[in-house]
Amino acid sequence: MKRAFLLLVSVLVCSSLVFAHKASDSYLNINLKNLSLTGRWDVALRDLDYAIGLDDNDDGAITWRELKTHRVAVESYLLSKLELRSENRACKLEASGYLVDNHTDGAYVVLPFFSDCSSNPSTLKVNYNLFFDVDPLHRGLLNLETVRGTQTAIFSPENNALSFQLREQNAISQFLEFVKEGVLHIWGGIDHILFLLALLLPSVLRRENGRWMPVGNFRNALSSVLKIVTAFTLAHSITLSLAALEVVNLPSRLVESTIAASVVLAALNNVFPVVQERRRWLVAFGFGLIHGFGFASVLSDLELTRATLLRSLIGFNVGVELGQLSIVMVFLPLAFSLRSSSFYNRFTLAVGSLAVAAIAGIWMAERIFDFKVLPI
Amino acid sequence: MNAKTWFFGLAFMLASSALATPFTPKSDGQILERLRANVNDIAARELRDLRAQLQQNPNNLSLAVLVARKYIERARVDSDPRYNGRAQAVLEPWWKLEKPPEAVLVLRATLKQNAHDFKGALLDLDLAAKLEPRDPQIWVTRSVVQTVLGNLTEAKRSCLPLFQTSSELVAVTCVANAASLNGQAAKAFQTLEQVLRDNPQASESEKSWATGTLVETAARLQRTDSDTRFQAALQKDPSDIYLRAAYVDFLLEKNQAARASAFLQNTKADALLLRRVLVEKALQLKTYRLFRDQMASRIAANHARGDTVHRREEAIFALHVLEKPTQALTLSKANWLVQHESLDAKILLESAIASRQFEAAKPVLEWFNTTKLEDARIAKLVSQVKAGLK
Repeated sequence: MKRAFLLLVSVLVCSSLVFAHKASDSYLNINLKNLSLTGRWDVALRDLDYAIGLDDNDDGAITWRELKTHRVAVESYLLSKLELRSENRACKLEASGYLVDNHTDGAYVVLPFFSDCSSNPSTLKVNYNLFFDVDPLHRGLLNLETVRGTQTAIFSPENNALSFQLREQNAISQFLEFVKEGVLHIWGGIDHILFLLALLLPSVLRRENGRWMPVGNFRNALSSVLKIVTAFTLAHSITLSLAALEVVNLPSRLVESTIAASVVLAALNNVFPVVQERRRWLVAFGFGLIHGFGFASVLSDLELTRATLLRSLIGFNVGVELGQLSIVMVFLPLAFSLRSSSFYNRFTLAVGSLAVAAIAGIWMAERIFDFKVLPI
Repeated sequence: MNAKTWFFGLAFMLASSALATPFTPKSDGQILERLRANVNDIAARELRDLRAQLQQNPNNLSLAVLVARKYIERARVDSDPRYNGRAQAVLEPWWKLEKPPEAVLVLRATLKQNAHDFKGALLDLDLAAKLEPRDPQIWVTRSVVQTVLGNLTEAKRSCLPLFQTSSELVAVTCVANAASLNGQAAKAFQTLEQVLRDNPQASESEKSWATGTLVETAARLQRTDSDTRFQAALQKDPSDIYLRAAYVDFLLEKNQAARASAFLQNTKADALLLRRVLVEKALQLKTYRLFRDQMASRIAANHARGDTVHRREEAIFALHVLEKPTQALTLSKANWLVQHESLDAKILLESAIASRQFEAAKPVLEWFNTTKLEDARIAKLVSQVKAGLK
């Protein structure tokens, strides 16, 4: 009986009283009007005390001394509950002050902060996770100030991640953004470069009676290179598209291991030829399919939106091709000019290929068995 | 300009000056915030210890229910809705289940009720009644929710199981509460007074519920002893915010605002702040503007967080403080869609009369006929609307 009555009256009164002072809110202000993204976050002391404890002497009152004592904890707690992403890049947030303000329901700590993000992003994502674990009725009230005006939003447990389109991103600049990503990816992806080089190395030579001989003219070399590069491009474009459109999805460990294997096999083929010269483009095509899946993983990290998927996909692909082309443009004249020397034949082709095979072999083992030996 | 933009506008004016100036406190010892009114609040410490225990074992159902119940109780006593959220967090492991344990269902219903999700509350109570029909809390809460919704027949019916599962006083108070709004006020008053007298051994909370119901019924019946009854009840429990607000309304009605000030000391609760504004306005006090602006910014703060559960108070504020009848009518109409207590009826009638849009109050006339509410103040407003409609 007694138990029931604890609530009895409260039920009655709560219904009729209707409202007391308000529930928990924080006020998050993000400012995009200066050189970089800055902000200010007001969080109620009562909520902070409930979440991490501020009242050290347990006298039911929070003094400035107590609040200062907990400064590091408060700052790191708060900043861990807020994630800002500008153009898909996480912004590093840093507190730049520690103040107090009074709102309608009591005192708040005021945390001004700055970030390493630009104040002129086309998209800004805000992920807010303060206090929802201890008070699901908590709300984060966002004020987003831009040069074009102020936007407001409310964060709740069901609505804790919001994305703001701040600038109609110009289709061309978005396309170029992905071209850049594609170029950077191929330049930074040493395994793709090595695969390509392994296939290209013999293209300035031809096989005669079991021996490598230099090709006669530049056109032959160029056509050989073009065939290989085109086959590789075609293949990885197909799989990149399929993966980005989520038609096919392969486990990344399998993809990465097979990519490493492709490098090993392509390199070994230069020393112990199995695949004929005329058919090397087939190798490029076959393994190109696998490399395409590798590119796709990068693209998925970039969090594409459905609306712009095709544009991004083409842009990224064009970038990859440009990256490849630049490598070929450096490689081909150099290899062509060195093709007659025994240095090229013996050292570059044989030793180079073996070295490439060795490195890729280690990668393959690393990727299959999930350990790390090489720094790259 | 609708009411919402107006509140935002005012709040912006008020808030922008407040928001713009965060400060560094002058001394280390400066007290920034008081977490509890009573420094040596033993109950608060106990609750904290219980919470710490629960954090070690968050899936302990009986402990979670105990802590959640204490938070809900605290939300009422301190008039602090933050505790409702904390209660919900404690019940998180069961909160989203389709069929949580009975004890959780009853608490979930209470929290939904506090958020004015009355339909959700009733669904939870029905589920709970299937699991544990002998829990009197289900029936009390169910009756109260039905009363708020204006379903008085259902509200009375919900009380019936209490005659078997609870004390006589509880069962009779429950029925009298609904019956007093349903054309049987005099009878309900008489019976309840008798049963209260016959049960001196009843717990304090039981008695205070009965007394509160009696006082309010007395006021509606315009009994001459209403004032003394209010005072007696408040003397017993001076912290009862609901009763204080009801008494202030009673005094304002009687043009005795000067006597109300004594009951408006702690205005942390918005219900009391609103009354304070009304009293200060009636008395033309110098501090009136200060309290009015404070109330406006609290309303705006609630708007900003997307809360719409305070429409009744907003409507009262819009009509009687801001003197904006059209806005008050919009608010009180929206409020009437959600709840049907006599205060909800009153503000809708008043707004309709003030804005001369008598049509808008038609649903209240219908409700007044079916419930057979005996309330002289509302009866007078009803006849004014009827005259206006002619």
